[in-house]
Amino acid sequence: MADTMQFDLVSPERRLASLPVTAVMIPGAEGDMTAMANHAPTITTLRPGVLRVESPEGASEYLVTGGFAEIGADGLSVLAEKAIPMDQMTRAHLDELIEEARATYKTVQETDQPHGLVEDAAKLLADMEALGTHMSL
Amino acid sequence: MPSLKDLKIRIESVKSTRKITKAMQMVAAAKLRRAQEAAEDARPYAERFNAVMAGLAASVGGSDSAPKLLAGTGNDQVHLLVVMTAERGLCGGFNSNIAKLARVKAQELVAAGKTVKILTVGKKGRDALKRDLGDHFVGHVDLSEVKRVGYVNAQDIAKDVLARFDGGEFDVATIFYAKFVNVVTQVPTAQQVIPASFEAAEDGAAAGTADYDYEPGEEAILADLLPRGVATQIFAALLENGASEQGARMSAMDNATRNAGDMIDKLTIEFNRSRQAVITNELIEIISGAEAL
Repeated sequence: MADTMQFDLVSPERRLASLPVTAVMIPGAEGDMTAMANHAPTITTLRPGVLRVESPEGASEYLVTGGFAEIGADGLSVLAEKAIPMDQMTRAHLDELIEEARATYKTVQETDQPHGLVEDAAKLLADMEALGTHMSL
Repeated sequence: MPSLKDLKIRIESVKSTRKITKAMQMVAAAKLRRAQEAAEDARPYAERFNAVMAGLAASVGGSDSAPKLLAGTGNDQVHLLVVMTAERGLCGGFNSNIAKLARVKAQELVAAGKTVKILTVGKKGRDALKRDLGDHFVGHVDLSEVKRVGYVNAQDIAKDVLARFDGGEFDVATIFYAKFVNVVTQVPTAQQVIPASFEAAEDGAAAGTADYDYEPGEEAILADLLPRGVATQIFAALLENGASEQGARMSAMDNATRNAGDMIDKLTIEFNRSRQAVITNELIEIISGAEAL
């Protein structure tokens, strides 16, 4: 029997999940990672992507955008700016997100802001579009 | 002396006022429950966020390269006051208490020779401050179309504030809102959001964060999270405000209902007395008429 750890997924508006899990695949800003029990304490920011949670009761997936994950001694908490359970995800939802990313990209481009915001927005947009393919919607 | 008919009309009108205030009280009670739930739901995120930020800020804060959002611009000449109030009135002292706190603070700052800029969220606060501080207004966020305050609203406000900060429009930002204690008590609160000040977590938590691996580096994470921190704080304030507003309205309407009840009792007594007086008068007339015969 694999070890489990406490997993919390919270968005600013509510707590989405809180359960013991065996493994969580996190779409980290610098690459995906899988966290299991007794992982080294880590804090990573998230890129838009799919968070896959494996628990003894079964696996579930969430779409997350932005935020960060904190892996500590007592468990893993993911603080996502937006988190949607995968089974509630629809093409329309994604289109909305892509549209949002596109709008950000546009405003950032127009206002010509410093500190790499343009690249960030472009990356966000690319991530979003890749996500659609990944989910085969 | 009002006539019987006048009294009757008065009583009817106070009765319908009581019905309205009673209904408003019940609506506020239902909304309050929802607002409290929303505030409750948002708490885990804010708590975790602050704990992580406090740890990060403690380890990066000392260095010279700390982001401006954390370390400040180096001076405190220009203050931005974000005054968050309700869109509607009839909620007791809720709006005026927040406005009063903001006004006192603004006047203090002006007296100290600082420049004050005011961003209002919610119509009532703007109306209350317009006369004294109208020329300090730099913007207004209208939430009257928003049925249920979401994180998006907070993000929009945060974006506005951050854009102004990046544009060098101010050095220090403070938000004003009412903290919800219970239905009868809401405490108007001023909270500084830029430069960020995180309540130092208990020593245990702070020490625990020290051994984290950071991916990307600590400073990159901090730079990414600080703007989110502003949004989180504004969101928390909006939710507190929402609960406070409904709580204040509920107790204000409860008082109004009770006052209307008292008034009805008083008017009814007056009505009965005048009716008696009229009857007595008529009797006297009849009797004295009979005696005269």
